[in-house]
Amino acid sequence: MVAVNELQEMYENMVTARQYEERLQEEYLEGKQPAFDISAGPIPGELHLAAGHEAAGAGVCQHLRDDDTVTAPHRPHHVAIAKGVDLKRMTAEIFGRESGLSGGKGGHMHLFDPNVKFACSGIIAEGCPPAVGAGLAAKQRNTDSVAVAFLGEGAIDQGAFLESLNLASVQDLPVVFVVEDNDWAISMPKERVTDVENGAQRADGFGLHGARVDADDAVAVYDAARDAVGRARDGNGPSLLEVQVHRRMGHFMGDPEAYRPDEDKDAAQQRDSIERLEADLRANGVDDETIDDLRSRAHDRVEEAIEWAKDQPEPDPDDAYEDVFVNPPSGVTDSEPSTADTGGDD
Amino acid sequence: MAQQEDNASDQQADRSLTMSRAMVEAIAHEMRANDEVFYMGEDVADYGGIFDSTQGLLEEFGRDRIMDVPISETAYLGAAVGAAQEGMRPIAELMFVDFFGVAMDQIYNQMAKNTYMSGGSVNVPMVLTAAVGGTYNDAAQHSQTLYGTFAHLPGMKVVVPSTAYDAKGLMHNAIRDDDPVVYMFHKRLMGIGWLPAPDGPKTGVPEDDYTIPFGSADVKREGADVTIVTLGLHVHRALEAAADLADDIDVEVVDLRTLVPLDTETILDSVAKTGHLVVVDEDYRSYGVTGEIIASVAEAALDDLEAVERVALPDVPIPYARPMEDEVIPGTDDITEAVRTARGDE
Repeated sequence: MVAVNELQEMYENMVTARQYEERLQEEYLEGKQPAFDISAGPIPGELHLAAGHEAAGAGVCQHLRDDDTVTAPHRPHHVAIAKGVDLKRMTAEIFGRESGLSGGKGGHMHLFDPNVKFACSGIIAEGCPPAVGAGLAAKQRNTDSVAVAFLGEGAIDQGAFLESLNLASVQDLPVVFVVEDNDWAISMPKERVTDVENGAQRADGFGLHGARVDADDAVAVYDAARDAVGRARDGNGPSLLEVQVHRRMGHFMGDPEAYRPDEDKDAAQQRDSIERLEADLRANGVDDETIDDLRSRAHDRVEEAIEWAKDQPEPDPDDAYEDVFVNPPSGVTDSEPSTADTGGDD
Repeated sequence: MAQQEDNASDQQADRSLTMSRAMVEAIAHEMRANDEVFYMGEDVADYGGIFDSTQGLLEEFGRDRIMDVPISETAYLGAAVGAAQEGMRPIAELMFVDFFGVAMDQIYNQMAKNTYMSGGSVNVPMVLTAAVGGTYNDAAQHSQTLYGTFAHLPGMKVVVPSTAYDAKGLMHNAIRDDDPVVYMFHKRLMGIGWLPAPDGPKTGVPEDDYTIPFGSADVKREGADVTIVTLGLHVHRALEAAADLADDIDVEVVDLRTLVPLDTETILDSVAKTGHLVVVDEDYRSYGVTGEIIASVAEAALDDLEAVERVALPDVPIPYARPMEDEVIPGTDDITEAVRTARGDE
């Protein structure tokens, strides 16, 4: 049985992620009307939202501690929230502000919060090898920390993922690979890019434990993740967990989704793990007032983060020259080169 | 100077196309003419290419020839190499050039070297297309051009169109070429709805097929005082700078169109006339295109050079936030300033 307070925490994380992304969407579209220009508005660049994926992030991260490592892909917000990434500084990063997690250098696909050991990569499956490395460090240092790599189902055909499964398996590393299967790799449906419907079967070929679970039931995700994370923490090696989620949005904001049948879009809207978890909470005796409190706490936290982020100053243009190295060699300094040599605007 | 005149230069073009339409027209023409030409990549079928590189082709040619592939760049780029060695004429797309790292062995150890290593007994008549460039806040993993990286490694012809007219003629030539060609199209020039292009790249394009020979740079604007050598998006920024300076300084703009082979003759002719060379590049400054052009001129015509300036990305990864991205990617003002500096009127 899952403790009710754990379910409440998961619910709050999931609601926070959903509300957060709804607000990000509003902010993102501001300045992109009437004509959508991806480089305009308060949040420029690509934005990949995770509505429909929340249970995967919340159900897995519920078992993680601050000293456990998580790597996330280009669609990271729900995982970051569940892992406890600083929401204000994450938001400032997405708005490209000086107080962002990376001072505005990374943006929404490249969120790094070392305080809770969270990192992203915008390149498909490329977060897997670093997660294996975090697992390697935990094993070498004899700690009971674990590492979790999140990836989409489009990434399971990528060499970096398959090689990582093998390395983690042969070295018995404390790593969990979490595949969020939303059925679509941008416009490519899963059945057209792999003949193996159940991605967890990839585990069989590499000798690690595999499981597949449906995110409609957040509690089932929680249970499956408990097994996988527990196995890693207890020194019993890596696991592969595939979670069926639903893509309620386009691949990125601005994706016309002309390739996607309406029935498929509608089906994704019909299945909502947040509503189902709310019903589970009620069945466990949680009353309306408590649920309202959780929702309003999520709302306040989201609003506070967004308002705070928007108040933060933009970075100085010259900040672009910092952080290439921790220890800049002479000649490659943090100072601005002469403008005739670079694209510098004075 | 071009070794051959463009064979369409006297054709009347009474319609304008975006760069993407011009590219697609050349691909479609070659596919109709030769059953062994096919296109493979991620999201190239139903989506029509994230950057419109294959819009409409699925309907005419079907899934066997406009082929969506799994996110497995090593496998499918390598498969293109293998099919090309069988005598087919594959076009394989890397969605963002930044993803080259995932499959670099197939690109530079197989595609680029097999002709040489086989003593010329094997050839690899394929085109590797890739979207390049920044200016829309997509951060360090999705904004590079990497022109210099591909041009540096021997064995690949490297093509960078800046207009629809050039895009079509260069694509015809690329597909017909018996060697591997890397065809790098700038996202900002394609004419995509969500990523508005500047005015320049949409040009008149003849309906008939025509080729633009590789190694024929194009003087996009004639001038007597200063030579700007550039490519891709920055052809248009250089033309804008030239227009801004027109009252004081008569600027010539040379569009390289191909980096391999490099048309040094056109550059040398221009520098012989102006004596002032400004090289503008959206790639990193060090060990790249700017250094190569300047070195080539210095070797061949040192006495012609009165002043040299280069404008390029400083040696930092491309930052996300707008003020920092604007700082590092050369803007029109940076080019204007460099031209003035070259003329000694700071």
